[in-house]
Amino acid sequence: MDSQTKSNQPKTSQVKTKPKLNSKNQSFKLQANNVDVFYDDFQAIENISLDIVEQSITAFIGPSGCGKSTFLRLFNRMNDYIDGFLMNGSILLDGNDIYDSSINVEELRKTVGMVFQKPNPFPKSVYENVAYGLRIQGIKDEEYIENRVVESLKQATLYNEIEGNLEKQALALSGGQQQRLCIARALAVKPSILLMDEPTSALDPISSGKIEDLIHELKKEFTIVIVTHNMQQAARVSDNTAFLYMGKLIEYGDTQKIFTNPEKDRTQNYITGRFG
Amino acid sequence: MNRAKINRLKDKAFKYFGIFASVIGIVILAIFIGFVIYMGIQRLSWDFMVELPSRFAENSGIYTAWMGTVWIMVFTTLISFPLGVGAGIYLEEYGKKNRWSSFLEINISNLASVPSIIYGLLGLGVFVRMMQMGNSILAGALTLSLLILPIIIVSTREAIKAVPSSIRDASNALGASKWQTIWHQVLPASFGGILTGVILALSRAIGETAPLIVVGALVYVPFAPQSPLDEFTVLPVQIYNWVSRPQEEFVINAAAAIIVLLGITFIMNGIAVYFRNKWQNKMQW
Repeated sequence: MDSQTKSNQPKTSQVKTKPKLNSKNQSFKLQANNVDVFYDDFQAIENISLDIVEQSITAFIGPSGCGKSTFLRLFNRMNDYIDGFLMNGSILLDGNDIYDSSINVEELRKTVGMVFQKPNPFPKSVYENVAYGLRIQGIKDEEYIENRVVESLKQATLYNEIEGNLEKQALALSGGQQQRLCIARALAVKPSILLMDEPTSALDPISSGKIEDLIHELKKEFTIVIVTHNMQQAARVSDNTAFLYMGKLIEYGDTQKIFTNPEKDRTQNYITGRFG
Repeated sequence: MNRAKINRLKDKAFKYFGIFASVIGIVILAIFIGFVIYMGIQRLSWDFMVELPSRFAENSGIYTAWMGTVWIMVFTTLISFPLGVGAGIYLEEYGKKNRWSSFLEINISNLASVPSIIYGLLGLGVFVRMMQMGNSILAGALTLSLLILPIIIVSTREAIKAVPSSIRDASNALGASKWQTIWHQVLPASFGGILTGVILALSRAIGETAPLIVVGALVYVPFAPQSPLDEFTVLPVQIYNWVSRPQEEFVINAAAAIIVLLGITFIMNGIAVYFRNKWQNKMQW
């Protein structure tokens, strides 16, 4: 299949060489090399290679069904649960292949946190939500847990809003607060990477704005990969942008360049709203 | 007549059919219960509850029968709850979805509709004879457990299916193992539904007569069971026996025993509703 694609469509072989980022001596946190993804017979990702810069924000944009969420979920192996999922190629985190059989998936997910499209707090108190990731690691030190909970909530700019009422039911919070709670929950286990799958698509503009501000803050400490439908959002928050279309990586590079002077016509058409 | 009028008419017609259908069910049940209570209430007394069975109707009590029912239900619960819930969790969470699993799924549903007397024959062959348990409480409880396992498995699976996948994703993404996700998130969220299914299944078991007669529940047991290996009788078997007697007094005894059995069933269903509401109020998304 792979060789066929190459011989029939010489265009894709251009993508095979990794798109160069004009990185200013930044190191790459995540590296995807020639990744194919299949769900049974359907090919969701076709030969994508790209590097993600440490402590930066990388946005994946593209129309629905282009494979951007699938691609994002490769980084913490959330696709493993889907029946018929098959991947070729490799994904390196700090140089180590995360699909190697020696990798402990649970450990990987402590390093690579994730925030989902719809806020999905557990039906518990705010405190227990944030503490969950620590508790399942077997941490019993309640003082440490409480410190992490408060710290994470402050980091996610939620602590002041709930006035330190940690016993509040998570589901009683507003949608935007719930999403920031989910971010705090992900931060509590001290990941180095944060994956965000359309984190603001279920929220109103004001809540979305707060999340965007938060993402900007978090960049200082974390490597963030964000999938978004909202192109203004990608332009506002990200350092680098990847445009995916029909499972292929069309263009990847500096966000400003992608949005002002893209190399490919298809990218141009998409960001100007002519299709997708 | 224009279209809107026709639609309104259809709407009304279906509404009245619905009312008619509901009334039929409720009225027949009410007549049945009313009749039983009318016949049996006079016989209900403390003595009736604590007397041993006798060949004289007026001296007969249901002590051994309801004690037998309690013993049987306790053991049926102990056996069927962990097995049924465990199987449900496995099929829903661990089992791979392939042709074999859908074959299994269909057959479990089919098992729920096998006549109960067939389970009785199976129990007689396997537990009573092959495993030499005799006509004991244990053999009866195992047989009833087989009978209600499919119901518990199916309702457990339904309850687990109803847990939103977003909760599972959240737990997994934080580095929880499969079992941690099941134990900390999936089971608490689905426990109300699981419990409802289990108790409804037990309510079915409590009324079963045929399989227990086949397994060897006796009609006349002069003592209350002391251990799971004792012989036993249960309320439905006692009722069945009394109803088949020609004397009017025994039929009245049967009616009184039915009231007790209905009472136990209502209490169990009440508990089911209570737990369901309690857990559902806690789990809202």
